[in-house]
Amino acid sequence: MLLALKLKIAVAALAGFATPLAVAPLVIDRGGDRALDAQQAIVEIAPGAISYRLSGEFTRGGRQVEAPKGALRFDRPVAIMLHQVSAADYQLCVDDGACRAMTAGTAIRADRPAIEVSWHDASAYAEWLSAKTGVIYRLPTDAEWAYAAASRFKDDGLSTDSTDPSVRWIARYVRESEIDRAAAALRGFGGFGANERGLLDLAGNVWEWTSTCFVRTALGDDGRALNHTSNCGVRIAEGQHRAYVTDFIRDAKAGGCSAGLPPIHLGFRLVREPNTPMALLRKQFARAAS
Amino acid sequence: MMTRRETLLGAALTSLVLTAPAFAAAADDIGKLPRQKIDLVAPPFVHAHQQATKEGPKVIEFKMVIQEKEVVIDDDGTKFQAMTFNGSMPGPLMVVHQNDYVELTLVNPASNTMPHNIDFHASTGALGGGALTLINPGEQVVLRFKADRTGVFVYHCAPGGNMIPWHVVSGMNGAIMVLPREGLKDRDGKPLHYDRVYYIGEQDMYVPKDESGKYKTYGSPAESYTDTVEVMRKLIPTHEVFNGRVGALTGKNAMTAKVGETVLIVHSQANRDTRPHLIGGHGDYVWETGKFSNPPETNLETWFIRGGSAGAALYTFKQPGVYAYVNHNLIEAVELGATAHFKVDGTWNDDLMKQVSAPGPIPNAPSN
Ligand SMILES: [Cu+2]
Repeated sequence: MLLALKLKIAVAALAGFATPLAVAPLVIDRGGDRALDAQQAIVEIAPGAISYRLSGEFTRGGRQVEAPKGALRFDRPVAIMLHQVSAADYQLCVDDGACRAMTAGTAIRADRPAIEVSWHDASAYAEWLSAKTGVIYRLPTDAEWAYAAASRFKDDGLSTDSTDPSVRWIARYVRESEIDRAAAALRGFGGFGANERGLLDLAGNVWEWTSTCFVRTALGDDGRALNHTSNCGVRIAEGQHRAYVTDFIRDAKAGGCSAGLPPIHLGFRLVREPNTPMALLRKQFARAAS
Repeated sequence: MMTRRETLLGAALTSLVLTAPAFAAAADDIGKLPRQKIDLVAPPFVHAHQQATKEGPKVIEFKMVIQEKEVVIDDDGTKFQAMTFNGSMPGPLMVVHQNDYVELTLVNPASNTMPHNIDFHASTGALGGGALTLINPGEQVVLRFKADRTGVFVYHCAPGGNMIPWHVVSGMNGAIMVLPREGLKDRDGKPLHYDRVYYIGEQDMYVPKDESGKYKTYGSPAESYTDTVEVMRKLIPTHEVFNGRVGALTGKNAMTAKVGETVLIVHSQANRDTRPHLIGGHGDYVWETGKFSNPPETNLETWFIRGGSAGAALYTFKQPGVYAYVNHNLIEAVELGATAHFKVDGTWNDDLMKQVSAPGPIPNAPSN
């Protein structure tokens, strides 16, 4: 219970780092292509709670510690796409001049995900789809993704109190080494099965962009967040492991100094906001804040 | 199809056979030497061997079966028509001692499609044995040579003309290590030992692409030849990899060691220059040109392996963690694949390095 409380505080701290909100003129557009909206296969997940380990890095007393974990409640339903955005759907945005073209030679198929897309590409698609349909689509937060993924969400906690930095490092490396990198061939939607919420292909070989930035938080002895630094040039991509990926990268590759193991493919799926005036207001706030 | 050069080599071979009695006496002496048969293992591992020996020279028997086969060379599933010594890229590392005789049985099974041979840079005469070992599918040959000088040396297939570079960059390369009988030494003659040895064969690959930029696939090496040579002649590899594929030595296949252990890293590149570097470590003793009769250089950061040669570096790990071992042309390391990892267990040494203050906001600076 205490842990849950700490988590709540930490979450509040993380939510609070955004720059002061500037209220932009509010325009509620109820037009849009309803047919395109209706085409989106959406799964609505009822309100509930999950056990969630915060993303980002945490330090206490000047050394890295395991991220806090606790119960995270969702008071509203989360409406999220059944499967990743397909290459064919992404191409519609490209054809409209609003999205960057996919890598040459990509098969434009309705049953395969758009891959080798950056966070910016994914965000541009969300903007385009929202404008086109008049309904707000956006990338999920890391917490929303975890909620949707349920048992497919991988807790990336590394319980070690060791002052030896290599212990955590090697443990993470060994865990990420479990990924079968040879299994890079794309599968049709459903090829990696459904989770208990009916969502397809979570934690398959396509990692999914989230809107969550890389945040480093210093905790006090009481577990409260003392301060944090955030870097929104790095966003979390979720999948077989939680990956921190530079936002303009389309194809995360192995090698070099960072001796970690990156995602195999980068894709995304979107959350659909209920089309309430409150949601549109939130959207305006978010846009003004970013 | 025999090229003119191969025909000439064939003629040289015939005359050599005719003059065979001239060295029959020497061969008889060799016949009295003890023989030892060694089973080769696929890189990065190396067959068991003694680092120093008090025994006299032996005839060391090896056998390699040439395999032409399709392999996957990256995580995107790019298919490659490989030609291999014993099924691996690079071929296995052979280890003998100076003045041992290497006796190799080279087999070209009937299931293969092309003639192959072997050129040992460690050997003397007949194009490194290449002129004596050209075999068609369905044939085998036995070559013996005296390992008269120490060092790590490349071997590769060299079946003549345009076939030579193509076979080499298709996978037919490897290395042999000829150890001094008394083992390795530093510049002052102090013995050097290793607890583990790894063999890394780096290879440049040239995979043709179609009009849409996708890597092309072929049904056989021969079908890939024309397109591949076109890419090769531009001298820009599409892949530069350790041990046959991107990621062959990372993740579950990362090399391992323990703090305090001394590791010998043998590194070959049969075709193109490279510059190995152990990120976070050093080369305590490095035979950059790979020849043990020259004193090793010490405490190197990066060492240079000339195309067509092998080098050796000795390092004692002092700190646990994950190390990247790369070709320090970092474009080749990261973009083209020339990266391996060492996973080193042990206890951290704060004296060598410590994070004095973890990353956090800049003091006295306005935070966002
Ligand atoms: Cu050959």
